[in-house]
This record gives sequence, C-alpha cells and structure tokens, in this order.
Amino acid sequence: MENNHILQASAISIGYSDKKEKKTVAAGIDLSLEKGKLIALIGANGIGKSTLLRTITGIQKTISGTVTLHSKNIHKLDSLTLAQNLSIVLTEKLPPSNLTVFELIALGRQPYTNWIGKLTPHDLTKVNEAMVLTQISHLAHKKHYEISDGQLQNVLVARALAQDTPLIILDEPTTHLDLLHKVALFKLLKKLTLETQKCILFSTHDIDMAIQLSDEIILMTPEKVIQDQPCNLIAKGCFDNLFQDEAISFDKEKGKFVIR
Amino acid sequence: MINISLGSVSIPMKAVMNSLTGGHAGKETWDYIILNYRLPKAIAAILVGMGLSISGLLMQTLFRNPLAGPYVLGLSSGASLGVAMVILGSACLPVFLSSILLSSYGIVLASSLGSFLVLLAVLAVSQRLRDTMAILIVGLMFGSFTSAIVGTLTYFSSAEQLQKFTFWSLGNLGNLSWYSIGILSCCVLIGLLMSFLSVKPLNALLLGENYARSLGLNYKKTKLIIILATSILAGSITAFAGPIAFIGLAVPHIAKLVFQTSNHTILFWSTLLLGASMMLICDSIAQLPGSDSILPINAVTSIFGAPIVIWLLVGKRKMMA
Repeated sequence: MENNHILQASAISIGYSDKKEKKTVAAGIDLSLEKGKLIALIGANGIGKSTLLRTITGIQKTISGTVTLHSKNIHKLDSLTLAQNLSIVLTEKLPPSNLTVFELIALGRQPYTNWIGKLTPHDLTKVNEAMVLTQISHLAHKKHYEISDGQLQNVLVARALAQDTPLIILDEPTTHLDLLHKVALFKLLKKLTLETQKCILFSTHDIDMAIQLSDEIILMTPEKVIQDQPCNLIAKGCFDNLFQDEAISFDKEKGKFVIR
Repeated sequence: MINISLGSVSIPMKAVMNSLTGGHAGKETWDYIILNYRLPKAIAAILVGMGLSISGLLMQTLFRNPLAGPYVLGLSSGASLGVAMVILGSACLPVFLSSILLSSYGIVLASSLGSFLVLLAVLAVSQRLRDTMAILIVGLMFGSFTSAIVGTLTYFSSAEQLQKFTFWSLGNLGNLSWYSIGILSCCVLIGLLMSFLSVKPLNALLLGENYARSLGLNYKKTKLIIILATSILAGSITAFAGPIAFIGLAVPHIAKLVFQTSNHTILFWSTLLLGASMMLICDSIAQLPGSDSILPINAVTSIFGAPIVIWLLVGKRKMMA
C-alpha cells in the first residue's frame, strides 16, 4: 500500500531562538498529516499556532526534532522542491498591483515554469481546473482588488490549488468572512480534500464549524498539543481546558462552547 | 529623429536623414553638429530614459510601493553625494589619485556606490517600517541629508570645482563624448540584462515576500540582484547625466496604466520603450526649439513628473490600498 503520510513531525519543540536565548513556545508535538484529510488547527490567541505553521512550512527552524515531508527533512529540501509539495494561503493583504484573478492564480505555476515564467498548455489546464473547482471562472479577468473578500479568499485557495501540491496550508482563512462565506469556504475545503485527495491544514477560531467539518483536529493547549478526530477529542474532554476562563465551558452534547 | 533636427541651430529633417545614413547634410557644420552633438545626445536620452524607468519599475515592485523611484527614494541624491565627494573632494588628494578619480570610471564608480549605499539604507529601514509612506519620508530624509553634506562640501571647494558640480547637478544629456556613451551603454545594458533575468521573480513578488518564498523563490538572491541592477542603472546614469527627476517614477506608472497589467514581461518592454521616448520628448522640449537657450533637463522632467505623482496620490487610491 502506498504511503499516505505527507508530512510528519515527532516530538518537535517550536519557538524562537537567537544568540542569547531560546524561547520555546511549545514542546513535544507529534503530528501526522495524511492524504485526503481536512485538518483544523485550533488554539487560543498567542498559543503558538502561527509559530507551528511557520515551523511545518519550513520558514522557521525547530528548536529540537525534525519535520519530515515525504520522509525528508523539510529544512534540507531546496526551495523549489518544497514549493512543489507545499502551498500556502496567508491572511496578509496583497500588495497593490494590477494583477487579474487569472494572472494571480497562474503565479501558482511558478515552481514549474521556465526562467521567464511562460505558461505551457499543461499549466493553463491546471489553472483552469483550479478555477473550476473553486467556482471562480467567471472572475478570471477581474482585477484582484475589484472582487469581494470572500471571492478573494477563493482565488487565493485556487492559487494554492494551481500550485498542485499534495499539502495545502491555510492560515486563518475564515477571519474576514461572514457566516455564509465561512461555511462556503469550509465546504469548499472539504470538497477539495475528497475530490483531489490533497491534505489541507488550516488554522481557525471557528471551533464549532471545525468540529463539524474536519476529519481531524490539532488542538493546542498550554499543556500539550493533541491530534485526533473531533469526536474522540470531545469524548476525552480536551476542549474543556482550551480557554483558561471559568466563564467559557464546552458542552459535550451539543459540541459547542457555551458562555455562563 | 525629430529630437536630432531640433536645437539652437535648426537643421531640416531631410538633411538629418541624409547625414545619418552616411551621406552629407548639405553643410559641413550641420554634419559636425549632428554626428558629434545631436546623435550622442539622442542616444544618451534613450539610454537614460530606459535605465531610469526600469530601475523605477524594479523598485516599485521590490518595495511594494507605487511611489518608489530612484529620485524619490534618494538614490539620485546618494549618487550626487558620491560624485560630489569625487569632484569637490579631489582637491585634497594627491594629483595622480585625483586624476584617476576624476576620470569617467571614477565618477561612475563613486555614483554607483553612493546610490547603492542609499538603497541599502532605505531597504534596511523599510524592513522595519511596513508603512509605504514612512519609506518615502525616509527616502526624502536621505535626500536632504546628502544634500546637506554636498552643501558643506561646496563651501570648502574652489569656484571652478563648484561650477563643474553645479552644471552636473542640473542634469545634462549633452556634452557626452562617444567614449562616455560607450561606458554608459555598457552599464545600462548590464543593468537591463540583470533586470530582464528577474522578470519571473518580480512577478512572484507581486504577491508579497511570503507568497514569493512559498513559490520557491530565493528571496535574498533576488533582492540582491534587483538592488544591484537598480544601483548600476541609477548610479551610472546619474554619473553621466546628473540627477534626473521623476522619469523613474512616472514612466512605469504610465506603462501600467496604458497596458493595464502587472505582468513584468510586458511591463519590462513597455517601460523600456516609453522611458526612451519620454526622455527624447523631454529633451526636445528642453531644447526650446527655435530659440538659442537650453533648459536644464531636470526642470522639464520635474514639470511633467511632479503633477503625475500628485495625481497618483489623489486619484489612484484604489490601486494603492
């Protein structure tokens, strides 16, 4: 049987280190990202979600332990191989430019194009597939600053799809969206994992939705980081100490947080 | 062509054509003027226009700032400082050293170095300040800082050196020998080649640094190439033609507006062509056709460029935000 593991991390410590001191944000993290899974990363503000994402995308080094992508150390891969295996969607604003939606998505093909970035018919097929999957083909010739936030988020997902990587990582993709668009985006991600067999990892604060839709959840609490299926996490009562506040508690029956 | 025919001595178009294709223009003096003054000047205008516009394009993408440009960010002032040090400071040095420094190579080197240092400083500051306006203000500050040093230097220098420097700082495309044109075109070609090789990374940078990295871009290497190209272009041009304002800022914008794109493959060529023609037009205007006097080229480019900047700030909010 083919190996389903795309990215693995065993007992890694993450944090920042400079010459003077090491500041560990979280330690002893075990992760395993598998094909065709939609995985949510959940944790309170400042717990180190971004640090974890930066570490497993190879931007930042681990303090100890290694992250492996297809059994190879992620920090030893050259940037091009990495780009062909891992794509990202960030929360940051795009710099001003005249890019059209099509051009923006086509930039996702850069790891495959020649020195001047010429798109081959194969590249164009990939770009069009990405636009069809995310249902934004009608926007192709609009400028990226002319479309709504919800549409832009889909465009950025399409860009990552066009990059054609087995793993896509999204940093808080639902932040600027209303309920309708949040649900639409989650359903899109779910659909993509089913149809393309990619692994999609996203960080979010929409815990209720993550519990309902994702295959697995990576839960970051001050004590430890656990990865498991949502129902198992509920059964084990892991959500209870997600937020260190008496006023918020987790209702196991309903699968959501309640405020006292 | 038109550019060549215009000037304090007006020469008919037909004569110009004749002379350029190897024949005679009809008068000995016309021949001389065309081949040794007008033609080098037209070539210089083309080189300057192309070089400055491309360096502006590179900087606008690298700094993610639509208002970046060699003049606005203080690169030209940095180059001036380099040149001022050489021209005005050479008096303090032994004769053989000063003769080396005052040669074309010395001035090119000094001015490239000056613009390179300012660019590095601006870049260092821009890493800390994400705000686009702040970077502009820093550029302006570098500009006034260098002009203050230049001012101090002029205070201590002789009248002759001062005159030489003042003429240089007004910007002048004429007075370039074929020899200088040769050096200038080498520098500009190297700079343009480096920029052309960076077309793909430049497109990736349109998404911002982090996305560009995720697309497999070696950000440090790209940044270094772009900075080197920019300082070679801006530095060598400033060395020969003096600080020329706004061309580097305005032309890439005109190209972006006309072609409605951010794709650097298209932008590179359109900026190149627009830059060359813009500079020729400005130079023709500077000749004040029909009169004996010549305007400093800097005055002409500023008259055109400054309103464009203001219009960009006021009118194009959407593309900026």
